[in-house]
Amino acid sequence: MKNLTIAWRNLWRNKRRTLITAAAVALAVFFSTLMSSMQEGTYSKMIDNIVKFYSGYLQIHHNDYWETRSIDDSYVPGQDLKDALNSTDEIELYVPRIESFTLLSTGNVTKGAALIGIDPEEENKITNLSQWVSTGEYLSKGDKGILVAVNIAKQLKAEIGDTLVLISQGYHGASAAGLFPIKGILKFPSPDLNNFGAYIDLDAARDFFSVPDMVTSMVLLVSDYDHVQKIKHAIQEKVGDKYSIMTWDEMQPEIVQMIEGDRAGGVVMKAILYIVIGFGILGTIIMMMSERKRENGIMIAIGMQKYRLQTMLFYETLLIGLVGVIAGFVLSIPIISIFVNNPIPLPAEIGEAYEMFGLEPAMYFSLVPKVVLNQLITVFVITLCIAVYPVIQIINLKVSNALRA
Amino acid sequence: MKIIDIKNLEKIYNDSEVKVHAVNGVNLSFEKGEFAAIVGPSGSGKTTLLNLLGGLDKPSGGEIIIDNTSVGTLKSSRLIDFRLHNIGFVFQAYNLIPVLTVKENVEFIMLLQGKSKKERDARTKELLEAVGLIDRIDSRPAKLSGGQQQRVAVARALASKPKFILADEPTANLDSKTTENLLEIMEKLNREEQVTFIFSTHDARVVKKAKRVITIEDGKIISDERRN
Repeated sequence: MKNLTIAWRNLWRNKRRTLITAAAVALAVFFSTLMSSMQEGTYSKMIDNIVKFYSGYLQIHHNDYWETRSIDDSYVPGQDLKDALNSTDEIELYVPRIESFTLLSTGNVTKGAALIGIDPEEENKITNLSQWVSTGEYLSKGDKGILVAVNIAKQLKAEIGDTLVLISQGYHGASAAGLFPIKGILKFPSPDLNNFGAYIDLDAARDFFSVPDMVTSMVLLVSDYDHVQKIKHAIQEKVGDKYSIMTWDEMQPEIVQMIEGDRAGGVVMKAILYIVIGFGILGTIIMMMSERKRENGIMIAIGMQKYRLQTMLFYETLLIGLVGVIAGFVLSIPIISIFVNNPIPLPAEIGEAYEMFGLEPAMYFSLVPKVVLNQLITVFVITLCIAVYPVIQIINLKVSNALRA
Repeated sequence: MKIIDIKNLEKIYNDSEVKVHAVNGVNLSFEKGEFAAIVGPSGSGKTTLLNLLGGLDKPSGGEIIIDNTSVGTLKSSRLIDFRLHNIGFVFQAYNLIPVLTVKENVEFIMLLQGKSKKERDARTKELLEAVGLIDRIDSRPAKLSGGQQQRVAVARALASKPKFILADEPTANLDSKTTENLLEIMEKLNREEQVTFIFSTHDARVVKKAKRVITIEDGKIISDERRN
């Protein structure tokens, strides 16, 4: 009969107390898991929106482009770059884009927005842009039309078939102007993108900006989201510092900061929850040690080394936490699984607030391993800290005093 | 053969304002196979002497030599190990481990000694048969009477094959019939296993059975009577 067996049996000597303590841990784990799952689900959705709707996982630019955002910092993607991209594992697809600021006008209304030149078929493979065409049609290769984001179309009071006047600055001071009939209206689930800009065919954009064969960015689709840094370094090794290679989080630092800030807020909430629970467990352990002072003395008297007794008591502390954690997961994981597949739509007012931050008005959940692992590690660390108490008590235990207790 | 030799043993408690001389210059020795009772009124120093003998308390002066080892010189973990292999304990309140069955309580010490399962099983069976509790082998202590629990405690004390057993008021909580039964078992084990039994008691029934009666008063030995 091992220490663990005795520890497990000791745990159930006072069933009610153990159950109350474990239930408190379970409740903390339940709420904490739910909160973490919701946070991670929201962040993941936010990143998905950015990556899948627009930026891609990685982009390759002219070294100055990200600073200037100028069409003058376009580049011709050389064969060396294409070879590097073709030979890098995990890059599933790369597509060219031309992007610059443009004035869009119809009647007497003018609006500034991004104008993005895309290869309609290839772009669709990365961002699935065609699915967001709410009215009209998607672009085809060599198309002369334009796709406009819904909020811009509203502000321009433009409809399908209307012609937009586009005025911008072309390559190295050339003037850029053109007429583009609206072929489709894009309605994204992200409010940010609905205010973002308009799309035209890549060749039309090259003509418009006078940048034949050039791109402002190559947008990359990779097989694993977590490997973007690794892929970035792999490309960098092949092309040197000729190009600037940026990951999604480098392109959107404000999103990363927002996520980190929100995560920190969640950590504080969870820390308060776990501190309260930690004191609950500590209370149980103090009572247990007080009740069993004599018994512990007996064990040492008959020949049990103190370290073995300490190990046994350590297991007891750990097991209380473990029972609570398992119960917490049994409660939370099925609920989270349901919500992962069925996000909770938010009521109108809260939904609007979400939209202001560029989020879809729904609560998304995630069941990534870290949601579960973090709770496990937290409870383990708490019980580890609490387990110091019985260890110290046993170090200081005087057998003759304990036998008189 | 002398297994315990006590020389000028002293224990002074300084905890309270008044200095208490619980054991005061005790000189004693015990031979293998003795069945001895230490008697005296409450507060005379019986339990303190037993605790010192068992290495549960540190003496203020003097020396206890058990089987050529000076107990007072042993470090804490060595002392625990020494107790495990040389001394058996029977306590007034039985003090079995409540979460373990009768079998597990008896074999617990052997487990600490690192004995094999086969050896443990054989010894546990032998001892439980000797104390008449083989039919309660899988019961938890709470399901046993006081007498039965004390018999398990005796079996537990003997499980490690100790050189001697210290029993602190082992019959204090038992009725006459149970006491008689327990003493018979201990006498039998003393005869068969040649284990030394040292009791602290003020129970006349135990004193009657003892082959040596040591009387202590105010921490001093005032008589040491051997019987045939």
